[in-house]
Amino acid sequence: MNYSAVEIWVIILGLGLGTYLIRFSFLGPLGRARLPAFVLRLLRYTPVAVIPGLVAPLVLWPAATGGDPDAARILAALAAIALGVWTKNVIASILGGAAMLYLGLYLF
Amino acid sequence: MPVTTTKTAFWRGLRGGSPFILGAAPFGILFGVIATEAGLNIVEVMSMGVLVIAGASQFTALSQMQENAPVIMVLAAALAVNMRMAMYSAALAPHLGAAPFWQRAIAAYILVDNSYAVSAAEFERRPDQSISAKMAFYFGCALPVWIIWYAATLGGAMLGQTIPPEFALDFAVPIAFLAILAPLLRTLAHVAAALTSMVLGLALAFLPYSSGLLIAAAVAMIVGSEVERRMGRALP
Repeated sequence: MNYSAVEIWVIILGLGLGTYLIRFSFLGPLGRARLPAFVLRLLRYTPVAVIPGLVAPLVLWPAATGGDPDAARILAALAAIALGVWTKNVIASILGGAAMLYLGLYLF
Repeated sequence: MPVTTTKTAFWRGLRGGSPFILGAAPFGILFGVIATEAGLNIVEVMSMGVLVIAGASQFTALSQMQENAPVIMVLAAALAVNMRMAMYSAALAPHLGAAPFWQRAIAAYILVDNSYAVSAAEFERRPDQSISAKMAFYFGCALPVWIIWYAATLGGAMLGQTIPPEFALDFAVPIAFLAILAPLLRTLAHVAAALTSMVLGLALAFLPYSSGLLIAAAVAMIVGSEVERRMGRALP
């Protein structure tokens, strides 16, 4: 990470303020304005639309290995996803992914 | 008596929100640890946790920062993750919109996935409560996670300085993200959006300043909502 203190504070304050304004929108100034159905539909998909695109490159080309694909990390990601889908339990998913990561790092 | 109803509503909310401590605590700790390892000092880590109070977007900002993305791209990606909260805000407005301004201003600050989900379900079940009972329920269900989030972030930040690199904590962020993501894959539309985002995220990874991620996210949102619309039309 290579940011000046000012840049870090711009990120923290900008993210804090921006997030607050998104949250306050309809509870505050927009009041009883109604969002059109297609906008509500789009908003429903923001987390699933952002997270995979962000994570996939981190899984396939991890910075820790200099960007080379690494079996332990790929298997750990698959384990986390499989456990999360199967159990719907965030903790099980994290622990399973971590266990697979350490097993993989030990084996390979 | 109104006071009794308000109190009852608060306690009912507190009970509804308490189970989410189990989910929020590990994420707060993890954020504190990773952010500290990444090089933020404890004031910066705590400020982000307190001002943003939204785990997924904090992790997004952090992973963009680890890639040294420009400030504007860090903000764009992290705020994109939080756009769903506009939907939560719109969904709660019919129930809480008549409350005093200062109450709504605080309510907005603690609007997170679980306070939305628990209170939206409650207001659907009991739509005829007074506005003060609804607000009391809302604060009750948000309170446990609100407090735990601060404490867990601080604990993680203090812990972070003591964990050696052999633990491969670089990979805790992807795993945390996947753990957030997996339970969201409830419908075909969600799965379609996720696959689109993954494929485009990889294909466009060569674009500078993480701009590929924003394109991938925009297309994936459209794919998800289109699949939902067409499936909905096919259903009776």
